[in-house]
Amino acid sequence: MRREKIISLLLMFAALSAISGLALITAFIFKEGLPIMMQVGLGQFILSSNWYPTEGEFGIFPMIVGSLAVTAGAMVIGVVFGLACAVLLTQFSPPRLVSIVKPSIELLAGIPSVVYGFMGVVILVPFIRDTLGPAMVSLHLASDPGPGLSVLAASIVLGIMVLPTITSISVDALQAAPRSYREGSLALGATEWQTTHRVLLRAARSGIVAAIILGMGRAVGETMAVIMVAGNTLDVPHSIFDPVRTLTSNIALEMGYAAGDHRKALFATGIVLFVIIMVLNTIALAVSRRRAGKAVAR
Amino acid sequence: MRIPPRITQGLAVSAMWVLASLTLGVLAFIIAYILWHGLPHVTWTFLTESPKAMGREGGVLPMILGTAWVTGLAVLIAAPIGVATAIYLTEYTREGRLTAVIRFGADCLAGIPSIIFGLFGFVFFVITLGMGLSIISGALTLTLMVLPTIIRTSEEAIRAVPQSFRDVSFGLGSTRWQMVTQVVLRSALPGIGTGIVLSIGRSISETAAVMLTAGSALGFPHTAFDSSRTLALHFYVLSREGLSMSNAYATASVLIIAILLVNLAAYWLMRRFVAKVA
Amino acid sequence: MMKWLMIFAALLVALLVVSFGLGGRKEGALEIIGSTSVEPFAEMLAQEYEKTHPGRYVNVQGGGSTAGIQAAINGIADIGTCSRALKPEETGFTTFLLARDGLAVVVHPSNPVSNLTHQQIQRIFAGDVANWREVGGDDRAIHVITREEGSGTREAFMKLVMGKARVSRKALTQESNGAVKELVRNDPGGIGYMSLGLAHGLKLVAVDGVAPSAEAALSGQYRLVRPFLFITRGAPSERAKAFIDFVLWPPAQKLLEQEGLVRAK
Repeated sequence: MRREKIISLLLMFAALSAISGLALITAFIFKEGLPIMMQVGLGQFILSSNWYPTEGEFGIFPMIVGSLAVTAGAMVIGVVFGLACAVLLTQFSPPRLVSIVKPSIELLAGIPSVVYGFMGVVILVPFIRDTLGPAMVSLHLASDPGPGLSVLAASIVLGIMVLPTITSISVDALQAAPRSYREGSLALGATEWQTTHRVLLRAARSGIVAAIILGMGRAVGETMAVIMVAGNTLDVPHSIFDPVRTLTSNIALEMGYAAGDHRKALFATGIVLFVIIMVLNTIALAVSRRRAGKAVAR
Repeated sequence: MRIPPRITQGLAVSAMWVLASLTLGVLAFIIAYILWHGLPHVTWTFLTESPKAMGREGGVLPMILGTAWVTGLAVLIAAPIGVATAIYLTEYTREGRLTAVIRFGADCLAGIPSIIFGLFGFVFFVITLGMGLSIISGALTLTLMVLPTIIRTSEEAIRAVPQSFRDVSFGLGSTRWQMVTQVVLRSALPGIGTGIVLSIGRSISETAAVMLTAGSALGFPHTAFDSSRTLALHFYVLSREGLSMSNAYATASVLIIAILLVNLAAYWLMRRFVAKVA
Repeated sequence: MMKWLMIFAALLVALLVVSFGLGGRKEGALEIIGSTSVEPFAEMLAQEYEKTHPGRYVNVQGGGSTAGIQAAINGIADIGTCSRALKPEETGFTTFLLARDGLAVVVHPSNPVSNLTHQQIQRIFAGDVANWREVGGDDRAIHVITREEGSGTREAFMKLVMGKARVSRKALTQESNGAVKELVRNDPGGIGYMSLGLAHGLKLVAVDGVAPSAEAALSGQYRLVRPFLFITRGAPSERAKAFIDFVLWPPAQKLLEQEGLVRAK
């Protein structure tokens, strides 16, 4: 019995250290960042476009727009391709194909972000700068081809990176839909596709929304690949061909030398990111709880 | 004129196949491109020499060591603590508000951008605790980064073990710890292993968090207090600064092969998990 | 089950013992952190130093001049390097002049523009000139490339060229000389500034008619020149002093000259 007590205490100790370690980070970030946010003024910090840290001006609006733009673009690609893969895998593929395709898509998730960034620099950026941009300009769809380093480049690279997350969680969501839904629909004479888009996607909607939101969280958090292909300007982007800087890139570019208020401002940027992730996670949690509630209610 | 459902289906499925093929095509292209340019340069000398002239020549032995040390230390610290935490939360406490809050916290922290862990690690481990740019700073930062993931995946794996297993164990007169180790962990181990293996993969690829905690020294690390450069960071530097494309590709190839092996291990473990619990 | 845990624990203990047992940072390498302009040259000298002094190790890392100064303050670096003069508020350091380096304005090799006036460069980087044809080049958008704020190279550029004017917000920011070089090398419309000693393979723009070169920098004709400094917080440690003496020796200085730097004396 004493051995049990000791083991129980050891486990509790481990759990407490883990939890306190993680709480420490959260507390540290807020402690370092909150004062400067209050000092500069929350509105000023978030809405000002003047990021001149060596002169004491801390406005992160262009970076917020940058993060949002790049994430939105990434979601367009991630959702379109990711959902397509998920639906194919669950509804229209023989099991043998699934056992090859699913791990392959998960492999996509394992490739380091710097490799994605590199491929973006080597192939995507020159393509946008020399081919796609000028083509869009001649079609009068854009006014300036830009340097290739752009919202578009970052969106494509990030989209490919979050695709596996969206696919695998959507697959789980689709597979969790009760079999009777599918069988009932088919029995009524619907085709598989009609079943899919009228019944199953609706049933799995909460799970898919959760997948998209988690994908968004990952896109917002990506740093290295974005530094390599987004251009890191301090201006608010006006078109997808414009270069852009995200919140994460800003931290990475400056944390090596930032001191005093400047460093605190970077922590404040961290708080903004933290809050964004927390909001996204809360939504995802609420959405997937609805799904669980629905399934149980059946 | 209404389009017959069969045709709509045909169109939809074809469209999806195009999208899926593009996806897999991109994956195949990236891996093929890197390996095509890099494998010819991955020689025995490359793997066992130190870099010279800032990486233009020579090999990546210190980077392999640095990556192994940083990742190894991080996982060796995070895995026991993470699994112990998961065990404690599921088997030794009752489900309640506290556990729900902890779970939400772990989920949030699992989603925090790695650069923020890097910023914290830089200010706390490197400067405040005085560890300097070192492998240990990097490892501790990575520990904090993968801990939430390990806790969550272990927790889910443990909870997936059927309650009947536990009831039978108690019915036979086991203590709680005996039940945990002999019954629950044995069944949940592949799932826990998957989480740990995926954390290894994430650590190997991590660049933002190690950049300013482990530093980017090119030299051979002799102790855990030495600064060292990881493979991913080395690839980033080589390619970004145009120092040596062939070495960059070769470094990336080593990285990709390592990740492939890690993913295969995770997949194999997962299959065992599904077989066991299903 | 217990066997696995035992092996696990043993591995952990072994790893930690090997790490801690071999001694702390005192026996480790000399850490040199700072300017990305100084970095390749410091690395070269470090390799020479390690060759002639077996058993001593020197680690050279980048991060930028201000990062180097911060690293010296925080004690993470034994020696900080920077590619600009220290600001008045940066006190408490011992500085050593390693060499001097020209600051080059660089463009893509295919760019026909060979000479720009001081004012033209200022206006281009401030964002007032948008197309190359306005300064005698092709009809192509100008893509301004700059460094992060902590860069000594950027500081030097601001002081020597921009004066009171700010660099355009639309400028693409890169975090090292190498990154600037790669970007300019690949973008026909690009223009940037970087260390003269590292600008191989790019087209160097003459400033007010003076082409950049080590000789022109030495003679004073080319006026965009900045110091490469080694700095330590307070007096340098013994190990640091040994390396600093090594790099200030004539043989080491000669090596730097061969690489395109301007010697200190």
